[in-house]
Amino acid sequence: MASIDHKAAIEVVTFALDGEIFALEAGLVREILDAVTITRVPGARPFIDGLINVRGKVVPLADLRLKFGMAMTPATHDTRIIVIEMMLAGEPVTVGVLADKVYEVTTVAGASVQDAPEIGMSWNPDFVKGIGKRDDGFIIIPDIEHIFAAE
Amino acid sequence: MVKTILSVDDSASMRQMVRLTLSGAGYQVIEAADGREGLSKAQANTVHMVVTDLNMPNMDGLELIRALRGEPAYKGVPIIFLTTESDEAKKKEAKSAGATGWITKPFQQDQLLAVVKKVLGA
Amino acid sequence: MSATADPTAIFLSEAQELMEQLEAALLDLERSPEDRAVVDTAFRALHTIKGSGAMFGFDALARFTHLVETAFDQVRKGALSVSPALVGVTLRAADHMRGLLERPAEVDAAAGEIILAELKQTTGIATSGAASHAPAAEEAEGPATYRVRFRLPANALEMGNNPALLLDELRALGECTVAALTDPVPPLEEIEPSSCYLAWDVVLTTEQPRSAIEAVFIFVIDDMELAIERVREDPQRLGELLVERGDATPEAVNAALSRQDPVGALLVKAGDVTADRVASALAEQDHVRKVGAGAQSAAPKGADSMRVPAERLDSLMDGVGELVIAQARLKQLAGASDNLQMKSVAEEIERLAAGLRDIIMGIRMVPIGSLFGRFRRLVRDLSQDLGKDIALHTAGEETELDKTVIDRLADPIVHLIRNAADHGLEDAAERIAAGKPPQGQVRLSAVHSGSQVLITIGDDGKGLDRARIRAKAEAEGLIEPGAKLGDGELLQMIFQPGLSTAKQVTNLSGRGVGMDVVKRTIEALRGTVEIASTPGQGTEVTLRLPLTLAIIDGLLVRVGEGRYVIPLAAVEECVELSEAEDGRSKGRSILNVRGDLVPFLRLRDLFATGTPPDPYQKVVIVASGDLRVGLVVDQVIGDHQTVIKSLSKLHADVENFSGATILGDGSVALILDVARLISFGQTREDELKTA
Repeated sequence: MASIDHKAAIEVVTFALDGEIFALEAGLVREILDAVTITRVPGARPFIDGLINVRGKVVPLADLRLKFGMAMTPATHDTRIIVIEMMLAGEPVTVGVLADKVYEVTTVAGASVQDAPEIGMSWNPDFVKGIGKRDDGFIIIPDIEHIFAAE
Repeated sequence: MVKTILSVDDSASMRQMVRLTLSGAGYQVIEAADGREGLSKAQANTVHMVVTDLNMPNMDGLELIRALRGEPAYKGVPIIFLTTESDEAKKKEAKSAGATGWITKPFQQDQLLAVVKKVLGA
Repeated sequence: MSATADPTAIFLSEAQELMEQLEAALLDLERSPEDRAVVDTAFRALHTIKGSGAMFGFDALARFTHLVETAFDQVRKGALSVSPALVGVTLRAADHMRGLLERPAEVDAAAGEIILAELKQTTGIATSGAASHAPAAEEAEGPATYRVRFRLPANALEMGNNPALLLDELRALGECTVAALTDPVPPLEEIEPSSCYLAWDVVLTTEQPRSAIEAVFIFVIDDMELAIERVREDPQRLGELLVERGDATPEAVNAALSRQDPVGALLVKAGDVTADRVASALAEQDHVRKVGAGAQSAAPKGADSMRVPAERLDSLMDGVGELVIAQARLKQLAGASDNLQMKSVAEEIERLAAGLRDIIMGIRMVPIGSLFGRFRRLVRDLSQDLGKDIALHTAGEETELDKTVIDRLADPIVHLIRNAADHGLEDAAERIAAGKPPQGQVRLSAVHSGSQVLITIGDDGKGLDRARIRAKAEAEGLIEPGAKLGDGELLQMIFQPGLSTAKQVTNLSGRGVGMDVVKRTIEALRGTVEIASTPGQGTEVTLRLPLTLAIIDGLLVRVGEGRYVIPLAAVEECVELSEAEDGRSKGRSILNVRGDLVPFLRLRDLFATGTPPDPYQKVVIVASGDLRVGLVVDQVIGDHQTVIKSLSKLHADVENFSGATILGDGSVALILDVARLISFGQTREDELKTA
């Protein structure tokens, strides 16, 4: 899944991180939770050093802001956790993704999705699967397989 | 009255199967792991029916059946033996030793119950 | 075994035992091929595996075993003698049977055929697959009326037959008219009271085929008189009927009919037919008249037990785990409440949840004998390969352990047995020189000890060579030359990667996987490895394992703002870290516990809490084997029974924690990996010592 199929429209869940709009493919999203108690895991990679209880399952919590070099702001009443299930090295892995705010489930037209440009971005292009254009702004589609792969 | 059935088998899983089936149907089950133990339990208890394997260490099923039929208290008590299909000759031998009937392995629980009901009544 | 145990699980463990018995018998036969008792044991094991295997759905196993059993039946009958070739092929057959038992889906049927072909070649007995004879399907028929006339063998009653029950069974097949025939009863003086003289006529209208009627008599059919005839459904005149039934001759009937009295009475009077038989024929007439339509059939009952895939048990376990967690929460709420009714419900739920937990744990428990069975064969092979005479003694096979634990124990124990056989035991010449019997002994035992199981692998060999271990450890840079080490610490060195003391690398051990792998595997199971060795007398390795992986008793502590669980089994005591001790220990992190010096770790530092310490810090002393370490925490909260959740793959790189759990308030707490913290603490202390 190095690039996105440009022909098909994709359904995504959009959310905010440090003022930018991100989108996760809706097929990956299991549920969206209000902020819950987060347990810190000493020694874990910083962007994923939390644990939360999702219906009795212990699930790691990721803060993508750290991967994108964004400012860390404290949680607000808009803060949500998007629980996604993805395949990592052939195995399903459940992980929570912290979001400043969750907007909506929407369709991003395939034509407006472009592969991440190699330049002109302040963050690691490996972590971006594509940029969608929407209204007057951009939607960043993160490459979660890359982001969560072991370093 | 709760009827008591003596299950004699050297295989614990078979005994367990027999016990689960019969106790589930309201019978009291006594277990013995070979013919010798079976005989002494039969002598020590009032048993209404015996279900025995044939192939067992110490005292095999045939000897057990003969010994039981030699006991006045066990004349007329149904004795069912467990056998495998290939044991046609064994079947004859067991019958002439005094067995009432047999049940062929493998059997389902309701097949065992049917045989018990057949010789013991409902 | 409890009454609720799953028979299939019992069968599996029993089959393992039988496999062990079979292999043992085969190995014995190799030495004493004439031993009848051993032949019987082998035959019985095969016989039971076949019979029970078919009972519990292992059809392929049953079919295969049947053919091996056939060969051993010949041996038992003296028609075939035991040869090394027969033992060899049967051992291979045993391996195949194990496969069919343990991983039926993966077994290559062709491999089985090859073994059977070899068996045939060895024994000369045809081992073609047993024909499965499914009963030919009978045509479905509408209701039919049969006349069933039967007479039981004279000894039927003594044999436990009950004619009344047979009649009941016939009645169950359909509408029945029963008449007893007393004419076979002999005169009184000839009567044997226990004999069965009566005969019966039964007219039966049934939807069942004729074979169903025969089946009623299945146990006596070979020895009895039985006639089953289809009866015309239209009513017949009595005379015709008696003739058809063979009770009267046509001439007698015609003669009777020519008079004008009721034909039956006339025939009886004339002595041509007994009154019984006329009554019976009349009854039949009546029956046939009465039979109209309508039948009842009973739906077949389902079986009362079933096999369940292990994953479902796991998810049941998860569910029970959730229940235990929710119950803990309820208990907390109830404890804070004044509502007595709520308190009592909470207690009730606690009791129920504990009961449920015990049941599900019980289902997962398997006797370790299933594992031990494999090792006899291993020791035999080792014995041959190494040219050493080795006897394996096992004890405690009935000890039960969580199935997951047992499955993961096989490899470590194989390694330890290999080690004992290869490095521990001397060869015969050395043993004799040392004044020992030439046969080396390897002992494998299991025993319960509280909430743990101790598995011991011992040998009576030469014992560990401490000088060599030290030299090796120094050469590997694991310890400083001449460093002072306790005996326990020195022996623990063999668990370090890269430390193998074998002079000679054989094909058996020294294959890269070493004692370090054993130790890691056991620790991953939350167990510990202890080692004891006496020069010249042998070595004993003890594995201490929790009964189950799913739930532990833990001590809940707080470090900074985080709460952590320490497995209670590892906790020795809790002491206060006095300010004086705290101050004095700066840099050295050594605690004086009643004269013993125990290194300690400040979890606050280790976990980088970034919060100020509580004024009164506590030290939880944890131990693994001889090694102890103190863990400094801010607060000891209390005992906590914990359902263990494994950490996500995304946290595979995280050290110091063996899992996580969910607390009563729904938040997550990490479970400390005590073994890892102890070795970390010890290493750090060693560094500080040598620095």
